[in-house]
Amino acid sequence: MTTHRNSAPAHTRSLPIRQLVLTLLGWSIALIIFFPILWMVLTGFKTETAAIADPSFIFSPTLESYQAVQARSGYARFALNSVAIAFGSTLLALLIAIPSAYAMAFLPTKRTKGTLLWMLSTKMLPPVGVLVPIYLIFRDVGLLDTRTGLIIIYTLMNLPIVVWMLYTFFKDMPKDILEAGRMDGASTLQEVFFLLLPLTLPGIASTGLLSVILSWNEAFWSLNLTSSKAAPLTAYIASFSSPEGLFWAKLSAASTMAIAPILILGWMTQKQMVRGLTFGAVK
Amino acid sequence: MNRTRASGRTVGGLRTLSLQAPAVTLLLLWMIVPLGMTIWFSFQRYNLLMPDMTGFAGLENYEYLLTDPALWSAMGTTLLLVGWVLVITVVGGTLLAVLFQQDFAGRGIARVLAISPFFVMPTVSALVWKNMMMHPSNGVLAWLAQSLGLPALDWFSSLPLTSIIIIVSWQWLPFALLILLTAMQSLDEDQVEAARMDGAGPLAIFFFITLPHLKRAISVVIMIEMIFLLTIFAEIFVTTSGGPGLATTNLAYLIYIQALLDFDVGMASAGGVIAIILANIVAIFLVRMVAKNLED
Amino acid sequence: MATLQLKNITKQFGDTKVIKGIDLDVNDREFVVFVGPSGCGKSTLMRMIAGLESASDGDILINGQRMNEVGPADRGLAMVFQSYALYPHMTVEGNMGFSMRLAGVPKEERRAKVLEAAKILQLEPLLDRKPKALSGGQRQRVAIGRAIVRNPSIFLFDEPLSNLDAALRVQMRIELARLHEELDATMIYVTHDQIEAMTMADKIVVLHDGVVEQVGSPMALYHHPRNRFVAGFIGSPKMNFFSVEQHSISSDGVTVRLPGGRPCTIPVAGEQLARDEALELGIRPEHLQLDENGPLSGQIKVLERLGGQTSLYVQMGELLITIMADGDVAYRVNDTVQFGFAAERAHLFDAQGVALESLSQHPLASLTRQDNRAATEPAAPGGQV
Repeated sequence: MTTHRNSAPAHTRSLPIRQLVLTLLGWSIALIIFFPILWMVLTGFKTETAAIADPSFIFSPTLESYQAVQARSGYARFALNSVAIAFGSTLLALLIAIPSAYAMAFLPTKRTKGTLLWMLSTKMLPPVGVLVPIYLIFRDVGLLDTRTGLIIIYTLMNLPIVVWMLYTFFKDMPKDILEAGRMDGASTLQEVFFLLLPLTLPGIASTGLLSVILSWNEAFWSLNLTSSKAAPLTAYIASFSSPEGLFWAKLSAASTMAIAPILILGWMTQKQMVRGLTFGAVK
Repeated sequence: MNRTRASGRTVGGLRTLSLQAPAVTLLLLWMIVPLGMTIWFSFQRYNLLMPDMTGFAGLENYEYLLTDPALWSAMGTTLLLVGWVLVITVVGGTLLAVLFQQDFAGRGIARVLAISPFFVMPTVSALVWKNMMMHPSNGVLAWLAQSLGLPALDWFSSLPLTSIIIIVSWQWLPFALLILLTAMQSLDEDQVEAARMDGAGPLAIFFFITLPHLKRAISVVIMIEMIFLLTIFAEIFVTTSGGPGLATTNLAYLIYIQALLDFDVGMASAGGVIAIILANIVAIFLVRMVAKNLED
Repeated sequence: MATLQLKNITKQFGDTKVIKGIDLDVNDREFVVFVGPSGCGKSTLMRMIAGLESASDGDILINGQRMNEVGPADRGLAMVFQSYALYPHMTVEGNMGFSMRLAGVPKEERRAKVLEAAKILQLEPLLDRKPKALSGGQRQRVAIGRAIVRNPSIFLFDEPLSNLDAALRVQMRIELARLHEELDATMIYVTHDQIEAMTMADKIVVLHDGVVEQVGSPMALYHHPRNRFVAGFIGSPKMNFFSVEQHSISSDGVTVRLPGGRPCTIPVAGEQLARDEALELGIRPEHLQLDENGPLSGQIKVLERLGGQTSLYVQMGELLITIMADGDVAYRVNDTVQFGFAAERAHLFDAQGVALESLSQHPLASLTRQDNRAATEPAAPGGQV
């Protein structure tokens, strides 16, 4: 485990000017980076006229764009697609990955390391490389523009990361505790349900969240494999790119709703995400 | 004492095998079937719009593709996009990581704000930039330019690739920052203090302590970004649609055009194979590094 | 009634043999300590007894029944882990009652049993706490409580005190000894600390490199170590060793020439000794006495005054000899001292490091806390009375 130290050495506290400069610099950079998001959120509360007027922070906020988005395009339907696809694929991935990660962490064989690396390498396959066959298969079996189709794709897409993350979390669990359980008479199943799962729940949760985030934001497959019925929010937002007419307030309102939940989840799990995104190479 | 074996009841790895079977089988199928089909199609004459034209094409698709200036333009665009975004995000990410590692008022919140763009879905970030930021007459950047007395810029028509690079960098800079900041936190503070006792100034500490410590994290960032950046798609799809002309058509977008707009399966597959080869060159290095990491 | 027998147990990890054929008898209600340096195989041996690790070869018998294929929970054992291995998400009560919960014991019965064990260990006020909220000593007691609740025939302790601070360790040592009396159970205890072994064991098993070096009571091991390894490992500070020349062998013992030239007859059996075989003399620091007429001399290099005692580190030729002297000795660093020892306190080792047998038994060597001690242990030199 990494120890978290307060990175402020005691003697820097005696330099208030340094402090002031750092605070100013840090905050201005953070605000510049965050500005497009902030601006989008603000624009969502403007009228369409105010949205394309000269930039201003002062305006009378209105919810009309939010109402319009739902009324005109049925935002809820796309949101529901996103939820179903993101959570469905995550649940499926966890279900398949947990036994696999358990075996790798607690019953390792000579091949375990190789298997892990191979799983990782499947993640390196660029989606455009297999777009054509997947599209044709989906067309032939009727999975185009279905939630099931995207759930399958996202499950497979995230499976290596999910296995990998669970593996590192399971490996961190003290073996003594499982052995103590075995001494106490726990069967493998009881070991998993009474000890492993409750103790690694935070890890499983953050693995799940990462999978949800990645599925929610995925745009290559959703743009190429769905059109209207099963389109999740990524694809729905893309429909605003049509050049006729500028609906910035509505685009902003829809976008704000689309990213808000994930932004919050992302803030909550940033630490664990690093582990998953870098396959444990950075902790 | 050897304690790596968790249990004395492993039956020749049979249990291990059966528990891993679902994941392994699925991934094997996921990898082999489409890959095999892509390779197969790439040697076929196969266009969905011309159902009569079928049969083995040999290297025809590759020949056509490799002599097509569009491919080389797309390759060039891909490299420029990947290269510039990498430079911007890695250099910027390292500097920002150092900055956000310092203690200042509200550091926690500032950090959270700075990493936020990474969690924004690509279609949203592309559209927000395209419209509200870079719009030639109503965008924030145009307004800023006008306020400074400069001519407003039509970003996507005069600097299309630069615009894409800016958007993609905005998304991936937070990723580099997040990873490097985490790596930074594992730097032993005693080491920094020892260096300070030895007379190292802030710059010396950065170059002799911090940067070597971040070496591994930086290479991980580079490789992971490369894999994703090689196939940037949604950002181009919703902003420029590859244009004007071929100015922002990268390899991924070119394949998309051939597959789902021209319905030329054979050609698109040949492009896919090229993309796979490119990605694998990067992947080999990444996998090797992770493997090394598994051993410590 | 619980006995344990190991018959020619071996354990191999890949190509490395970590346990190289161990035979051992543990008698009913005996407190047996496995002691040895790290890597000697003591933990592996215990884990094989527990069933957490399978034996590569040999038999494990509990109460005369072969247990090699029986799962860890069904061997009638309970184990206290070095890390305590408490279930962090369960309360103290949940931890202690977990085995019964798995076995489907009704709640009230579970609670009664947990309370009973908690009483023995003074854990009653802590039953609703989680392990996180406990001190090291309390966690230790919960781990022991979890074992007691299972009412095992044999308790296994894997270095249970190594995570405690020194003061608490002494306290827990006493508590464990008390517990052994109270529970009247067979206990097997693994440690690398010879003091724990000496203070608690009925029988010590000294392990080194996967083999048993010696089995015996603490006093037997102290007074009659079978070889140089045991002699050096048991006792603190460590025994002094130095080479001596053979002079003559008689029925009174082996006469050797000490460094400095004076002869000395050690009362050990030397009949099988080859002529001119190199010998090593071992003498414990507490058995060396400062004596103006002593046969040995050297210069004091370091002097550690502990109050009641003083450790002198004396340069004698190439060697640094440790002497435990009286607390009030007036010497200072660089003083030259003369010292000697009683011949019957000395140990003599042959060229293979095997101790020559003493001609007389130390009166305490056969002392144990229990009278039903093994008299059949062939490895123990104490067995020949």
